[in-house]
Amino acid sequence: MGDEREPELERAALASHSHGWRLYRRFFVLLLFTALAVAGFFISVMLGSVEIPLEEIWQAIFSGASGVHEQIIMNIRLPRTIVAALVGINLALSGAILQAIMKNPLADPHIIGISSGAGLTGILVMLVFPGYEYLVTPAAFVGAMGAAVCIYALAWKNGIRPVRIILAGVAVSAFLGAGISALMIFYSDRVHGALMWMVGGLAARSWPHVAIIYPYTILGVLLAFLGARQLNILQLGDEIAKGLGLRVELTRIVMTAIAAMLAASSVSVVGLLGFVGLIVPHAARLILGSDYRFLLPGAAILGAAVVMLSDTFARTAFAPTELPVGILMAVLGAPFFLFLLRREL
Amino acid sequence: MALATKNLSICLENKLILQRVSLTFTPGRRTAIIGPNGAGKSTLLRALASLNMHYEGQVLLDGLDVRKISRKKLARRLAILPQGMTAPPDITVGALVDYGRFPYRSWVHASDAKADREAVEWALECTHLREFKHRQVRSLSGGECQRAWIAMALAQQPEILLLDEPTTYLDIGHQLEVMNIIEELNRSGKMTIIMVLHDINHALQYADEIVVIKDHGIFAQGTPQDILTVDMLATVFGVKADIFVNTQGAAVLSPVSLAGDRAVR
Repeated sequence: MGDEREPELERAALASHSHGWRLYRRFFVLLLFTALAVAGFFISVMLGSVEIPLEEIWQAIFSGASGVHEQIIMNIRLPRTIVAALVGINLALSGAILQAIMKNPLADPHIIGISSGAGLTGILVMLVFPGYEYLVTPAAFVGAMGAAVCIYALAWKNGIRPVRIILAGVAVSAFLGAGISALMIFYSDRVHGALMWMVGGLAARSWPHVAIIYPYTILGVLLAFLGARQLNILQLGDEIAKGLGLRVELTRIVMTAIAAMLAASSVSVVGLLGFVGLIVPHAARLILGSDYRFLLPGAAILGAAVVMLSDTFARTAFAPTELPVGILMAVLGAPFFLFLLRREL
Repeated sequence: MALATKNLSICLENKLILQRVSLTFTPGRRTAIIGPNGAGKSTLLRALASLNMHYEGQVLLDGLDVRKISRKKLARRLAILPQGMTAPPDITVGALVDYGRFPYRSWVHASDAKADREAVEWALECTHLREFKHRQVRSLSGGECQRAWIAMALAQQPEILLLDEPTTYLDIGHQLEVMNIIEELNRSGKMTIIMVLHDINHALQYADEIVVIKDHGIFAQGTPQDILTVDMLATVFGVKADIFVNTQGAAVLSPVSLAGDRAVR
């Protein structure tokens, strides 16, 4: 017996060492993500058809000089970069929340009908009422929220079960997708703009778009972080969560609404940008673990970094042709996702 | 501090499971609920813990309808360990057990960090998991995992602990380990234990009160010596059994063959 105690003590010592290390590691990773996001921000503002040195960016933002470079920064690059960052935050948070409440690793904003709902109403405005382009964003937002509510109502039967939401989501998305296809065929002469929007891109996004999206980001980030502890408990399963005193149905409804709001606001601004909401939370979970107090900020920061960097790459790699960032995300995202799947399953 | 049901009737998917069950669980005792598959043992346990609230009749805690008690308040007095739990594989045992402190936390009140820490340490101590605190859940064996979940329930510092077949899937050594932990909690901690058990001999050895569920209601309730008989096994489970005394002087029931209608092919 005495012989057995010693290795056990040693293991305990090792374990407590690794505990501190784990905590530090998480903070370190968060710091690393932040550094990546900051780097992404400056790279995104610097690079483009005209390369602008770092000092001038500094001057443009903080001292308000007014040369050509400053004009480019203040009117084109800076707002576009900010939109990219906010969209990244929103979609990544939305995906991270949905993965916890659906207990499904494939859950992303598409599942609760955000894309199909926003797609149908957004494209309806674009194709049928081409004179009202400014209505695309609010229409897409209404469509996204409408589809989310619809799926929720259809999945409700003495409470919500994740599997029912996912199945209802697939059905509603297919239904709305038929509408999108029909519109594209009936108005095939006008589909170019609609196609760009369906892929998702940041071309010509500026301050008005920042103004649309930032209140949702602030509100969404705040509410999501407040719910981190609840999401942690929900990951243990409904039974355990109820036993611990969590109001499971209420939590699920509120968190779905937050996720829908976050995703709807981004989709209405940049179109149906896929993969961020699926991949970024997965990557963050793989690196940071499943504790939502770390996972949520991690996913948000990583999301901002990924979208800013991808957009920079998308608009500079094949200059002067600008690639919609959605295409790039899918091209890079799909293989990465497969890599994650093979690693995990 | 007593948990009781009054005329409890439960239907699941339009199928009657329990009908007008009135039961009182004596505080400070270990009660085993036994009965054939599908008799409604787990359903009863889930209703007792308010995991399922779609029932008629009442579940009473100290005479008060549990539906009038907030979920968190209830979770501080009563903990349940259902079957088939899954935790995120990367969290540590310590983190899992700490989730048991959830009912003591809220947005408005910062929880008492010292009390939380002490409760977690105590829970780990009771389940012999002190050395496992920083191990990831994915690295645990079945028995260690079950003890970790018990520790999480203990971190709630409940007066009543409900367990649904706590030894399922465990080998006989780990089964006894878990049962001994439960016995110790009851002995030294005065914790009321209500558990669904499959193993009749565990019920004989570890319970001091038995409730037999059959045909939507209570078939019998009493001490193991009175209830767990060869006749009961024949009537309730359709099993012909022998009873004998082991080297410790305790009675053991051993199923021999199917009895009555079930023996006829």
